Amino acid sequence: MSIHAAEAAKDDASYAAQEEAHGIEPRRVGDVVMEMKNITLRFGGVTAIKDISFDVREHEIRAIIGPNGAGKSSMLNVINGFYHPQEGEIWFRGEKRGPMRPHEIAHQGIARTFQNIALFKGMSTLDNIMTGRMTLMKSNFWQHTFWKGGAEREEVEHRRRVEEIIDFLEIQAIRKTPVGRLPYGLQKRVELGRALAAEPKLLLLDEPMAGMNVEEKEDMCRFILDVNDEFGTTICLIEHDMGVVMDIADRVVVLDYGRKIGDGTPDEVRSNQDVIDAYLGVSHD
Amino acid sequence: MLYREAGDFKTTYADDAQTFPIAFDRWRYYAILIVAAVIIPLVIDSYWAKSIMVPFLVFSIAAMGLNILTGYCGQVSLGTGGFMAVGAYASYKLMTAFPELNIFFVVLLSGGVTALVGAAFGLPSLRIKGFYLAVATLAAQFFLVWLFNKVPWFFNYSATGQITAPERTVFGIAVTGPSVPAYASYLFCLAFVVLLAWLMRNLTRGKVGRQWMAIRDMDIAAEIIGVHPLKTKLIAFAVSSFYVGVAGALFFSVYLGAAEPTEAFGIQQSFLVLFMIIIGGLGSIFGCFAGAAFMIMLPVLLKNVMAGALGWDTTLATHFEFIIVGGLIIVFLILEPHGLAQLARLMKEKLRLWPFPH
Repeated sequence: MSIHAAEAAKDDASYAAQEEAHGIEPRRVGDVVMEMKNITLRFGGVTAIKDISFDVREHEIRAIIGPNGAGKSSMLNVINGFYHPQEGEIWFRGEKRGPMRPHEIAHQGIARTFQNIALFKGMSTLDNIMTGRMTLMKSNFWQHTFWKGGAEREEVEHRRRVEEIIDFLEIQAIRKTPVGRLPYGLQKRVELGRALAAEPKLLLLDEPMAGMNVEEKEDMCRFILDVNDEFGTTICLIEHDMGVVMDIADRVVVLDYGRKIGDGTPDEVRSNQDVIDAYLGVSHD
Repeated sequence: MLYREAGDFKTTYADDAQTFPIAFDRWRYYAILIVAAVIIPLVIDSYWAKSIMVPFLVFSIAAMGLNILTGYCGQVSLGTGGFMAVGAYASYKLMTAFPELNIFFVVLLSGGVTALVGAAFGLPSLRIKGFYLAVATLAAQFFLVWLFNKVPWFFNYSATGQITAPERTVFGIAVTGPSVPAYASYLFCLAFVVLLAWLMRNLTRGKVGRQWMAIRDMDIAAEIIGVHPLKTKLIAFAVSSFYVGVAGALFFSVYLGAAEPTEAFGIQQSFLVLFMIIIGGLGSIFGCFAGAAFMIMLPVLLKNVMAGALGWDTTLATHFEFIIVGGLIIVFLILEPHGLAQLARLMKEKLRLWPFPH
């Protein structure tokens, strides 16, 4: 062990001790929340994902990386039910998942954001995030029709939670602005808020930092780490920015041409020869 | 100066979510309610009731219905005329089969029947979208009108094929039939308008409305969030058809008195209501009233000005009326594609800050 690493380890230890002293529970990676077993997905003759297995543990930040067309987004679409894999099993919270529609999967506690923002453009920030709480609202159609029987009380209760998220993401000033009018970076933030509003057991982020400048990326990283820290949300994210992934992810899975070529901590992945080949190219002489 | 929210602090979330957040708007709303419910019935004559107020109120209801479906849930429908026919024939069958049943409940039940029919015709909306759905609902329009023409059971085997509304009373005052006082038909329609506008506000301000708008704006994202697409669309179709059915029942029983499906509920009604919500403003309750007023009252006004005040030939006036109304529709769509409601919103925005620019 180099002197550097030893010092870092010491720092970590003292930090953990400090946290404990202040009564802050140090973040602990728990059991496996979701497990993908031998997933294969084909579109006609094209195999988008080939025999991939990996797991996501509770409270961790799990990154999926890979060059373009590696099957990362297809993987997320498999997880939230847009695509149904031809082979393989998905286990979520200790249960094997049958074929389900995306809205049923939302009720199981999986939320996501999209690579190219999929907000409700005609609705305000507030309404967008309120819509994110859909799965947690109990009142029925008739209660809403007459605005009685707890419909209003429930709206107010959920509004309180939504306001907490708005505070957390620092978007108070735009809560009543239609999201179509917001700049790109803020829209990404609102979309994160909408996904968070569902209080998901597993949060999928599809390129949360795509198309952002350095400051916006830093902000987004901070939010992702804070979400993970404060709410203990399990996060599975796709990202192209290697620096970001290596900084914030606990474990990384690397895909290339639909296959898994690496899996492990950022350091392990970084030194994996297959990964280096896939990213930097390899000479065929 | 009156139009300010400064000093009007909201301390609860319920206050913040109220319908008219600005005090001046609230007072104006109550003032309009009092004028509509107390003053107009005292002064209204049968010309005003028959050719202006009753059709305006009836088509406001139809516009609210279509706005729920198209403006809030994003499903285009050209079947409004057909669904109005369902409401009309349902009310006719109910009135003749159960003469003791109060007309108020007859109209509501007709809306219920139409809701079921509308939900059935909404089933294809899961698979087809946009213009293709519009064509599918166009099929509903022609099928329903054909049905009411062809199956004699619907018009009680009458020789003419027409349906005629028998006299029915509310609190002893006739609201349908040959001899209806002007104020009674007006108030009867107004009661439904107020009730249905209140229900529409309830539905669109909370969870149900957000589900509809989520489907309208981005159906894939809506599904990811947990919105059941088919259920949400079917509820929109059912609620929308309920409104349109009530409008149809009132149109037949209170306004027309006697009706024949091809003429009263043809495709031109579908387009009329569609124009109303486009001109009034999609996704706005105020827009329904603005659009209905524009399409119903403006032609009457123009006719009165040209044929009455200016003394033009009636045919000439009618043609000019078409030209002017058509031209105005085009001008509106170019200048403000989001309709009169958006125009009102912009005006309010300016008023709030007036006389300051920012």
